[in-house]
Amino acid sequence: MESKKFRLCKLFCAGLILIGAILSAPVQTSAFSEQVIQHGATGDDVVELQARLQYAGYYNKTIDGVFGWSTYWALRNFQYEFGMEIDGVAGQQAKDKLASITKFDKAFVMRQIQEGNTFTYYGGTPQENQVKKRGNGGGGGSNNAKAPNTSAVNVPNGYSQNDIKLMANAVHGEARGEPYVGQVAVAAVILNRVEDASFPNTISGVIFEPRAFTAVADGQIWLTPDETAEQAVLDAINGWDPSGGAIYYFNPNTATSPWIWGRPQIKTIGEHIFCM
Amino acid sequence: MYKWVIIGVLALALTGTAFWGYNERQEKNDIKIQAENNYQRSFHELTYRIDTLHDKIGATLAMNSRDSLSPQLAEIWRLSSEAHTDVGQLPLALLPFEKTEKFLTNIGDFTYKTAVRDLDKEPLSDEEMQRLEKLHDNAGQIKDELRNVQNTVLGDNLHWTDVELALSDDEPDHSDNTIISSFQTVEDTSGGFSDEKEFNSGALPASNEEHKFEGVTGKRINQKQAKTVAAKAFDLNTISGIEGGKSGKGSDVPLYSLSYQKDGESGYADISQKGGHVLTLMMQREREEPKLGLHDAQQKAQDFLEEQKLTEMEMVQSSQYDSVGIFFFVPVQNDVRIYADIVQVKVALDNGDILGYNARDYFMNHHDRNLQKPKLTEKQATEKLNQNVKVQETHLALIENDTHEETLVYEIMGTRNDDDTYRIYVNADTGKEEEIEKQTTTEARFLQST
Repeated sequence: MESKKFRLCKLFCAGLILIGAILSAPVQTSAFSEQVIQHGATGDDVVELQARLQYAGYYNKTIDGVFGWSTYWALRNFQYEFGMEIDGVAGQQAKDKLASITKFDKAFVMRQIQEGNTFTYYGGTPQENQVKKRGNGGGGGSNNAKAPNTSAVNVPNGYSQNDIKLMANAVHGEARGEPYVGQVAVAAVILNRVEDASFPNTISGVIFEPRAFTAVADGQIWLTPDETAEQAVLDAINGWDPSGGAIYYFNPNTATSPWIWGRPQIKTIGEHIFCM
Repeated sequence: MYKWVIIGVLALALTGTAFWGYNERQEKNDIKIQAENNYQRSFHELTYRIDTLHDKIGATLAMNSRDSLSPQLAEIWRLSSEAHTDVGQLPLALLPFEKTEKFLTNIGDFTYKTAVRDLDKEPLSDEEMQRLEKLHDNAGQIKDELRNVQNTVLGDNLHWTDVELALSDDEPDHSDNTIISSFQTVEDTSGGFSDEKEFNSGALPASNEEHKFEGVTGKRINQKQAKTVAAKAFDLNTISGIEGGKSGKGSDVPLYSLSYQKDGESGYADISQKGGHVLTLMMQREREEPKLGLHDAQQKAQDFLEEQKLTEMEMVQSSQYDSVGIFFFVPVQNDVRIYADIVQVKVALDNGDILGYNARDYFMNHHDRNLQKPKLTEKQATEKLNQNVKVQETHLALIENDTHEETLVYEIMGTRNDDDTYRIYVNADTGKEEEIEKQTTTEARFLQST
């Protein structure tokens, strides 16, 4: 009787230690970096945040490594449930709490993202049941380049990566030899035209308006744009307008129309004169 | 014998070349005809739509019952928008045809605003009827001119592709091309009325055109002083190497545009001649892997704003694009976010340097505002929303509504079906939903199909 009780107690203690070890293990190996993670962030920390929120049942969208609105609301719910300050920013307190109540199999999650698989990461469900391999033959993906660690990207509200690419094509064709600001200015002119009453109301309408851009007319728009053009377009969409609100520009060395010279000029950037 | 073989081969080669050339020519012609047909379609549709537009405005004027007025106005709005699209598909760019286009936009704006209005409560005023009357006359004139051009085009078998050629010529005078000169006439006809003030004022409230750049205050500075300001913004110790000059007549605010280039790094700044405010700053260089989180970068942005003497600013949006963070700030006055005065800051995430700053909107729109207390409480405002929208966050904000009036609103962030996020602006006095925007700030990365 005595010995049995003692044995039971020993077992219980051992169990406690084991549970303690299991519970504390993820805390020590927590992969969150020092970063305070906030809305708009991208990368490994966001993947971990989303995965852990999903593990605990707060986040049910795709784990894509981009801190968007869904992640924001999920984090706020989590903060609310655990009596933390509800600010939608993952600081030390939130990260510690998450790490202590959830597990994170980094290798598994990262592999799914890099292979482009559709997957979830809920706690209490076997991992293999939560993965749907990406179609066409699997494994045939492009492993040549550095695989991205996120499966989504930030875009300015209402724009697709394709819209940005189309504009980048136009900017590259029109202004690839120009300084960076000159390229941003050309992108800004496209956007100013969309807003202007005398031009079409869409980006593609403005770009493909017959005779509006020489690069469109002679096919240079279909050259592959470099990264600079894409960055320039992104800056213009986000609000930068070094052209000063211009809706026309021309190269004084090649411009033949006397009409364009009559427009009120704003400024010169690189080879281009920008005007109203 | 030998001679005949050569002659035979050459003859064969000649036939081959002729055949190939004929095919090429045929193909080129096909493509040219296709292009021509596209232009012709746009042109004939344009004339037809302007004609219908004219008739519809006339019908509206003759209409007595108010019930059918709104659909009629909506129809005119649709036609004007389609006509505008047609114009955009003709090779008229660089040809002064903008007055006609502005005219179409004006009709569109006017009919849209009246079509969506509750005409039972607020019928068309006498002034608006007069304007419609005038728009009717103008549309009639443009219609007549366009029908004339159309007649010439059909009668003389004129080609739009020739217009394209004529325009790409170095010849500055295009008056020998019939289409071009006829369109010039159309433009001259529209010129008389499209620029009239009444389209932009009258019943429409003042737009921000009228308080442009009130935020730019202070003493006039000279170029050297401007360079000192720029050097500070560029984080340089010296003004040597900074080049640039004054803006031209077309600039909406007099500026110094200054730039520098050194060791693969370039910088550009627009500085107001009055007061020496930095309106635009852009830096470009190669960047390394991000080492800084958005949160720390935001602090750098905030510090920079303070250096620029912009205080009481609240961060409203942050986004990471690879190795840069872009932050949107708005001033907050009596707990109200002033969206018209939005400022953007771009921070490098490899070392925390400021890569960009844009305060054009701030200086264009900023002025002393007398903000009234909202008539509705936050609870009353959220009750106006669709039942399916779950309210998550609420702020007071000042936005420009669709008639460019600064309006006090509750900015409500809500989700629908726990899925999509919406930003909803509810008028803080009337409870009207001024604007609803779906938030799509992330997109799945397209996988390269290589």
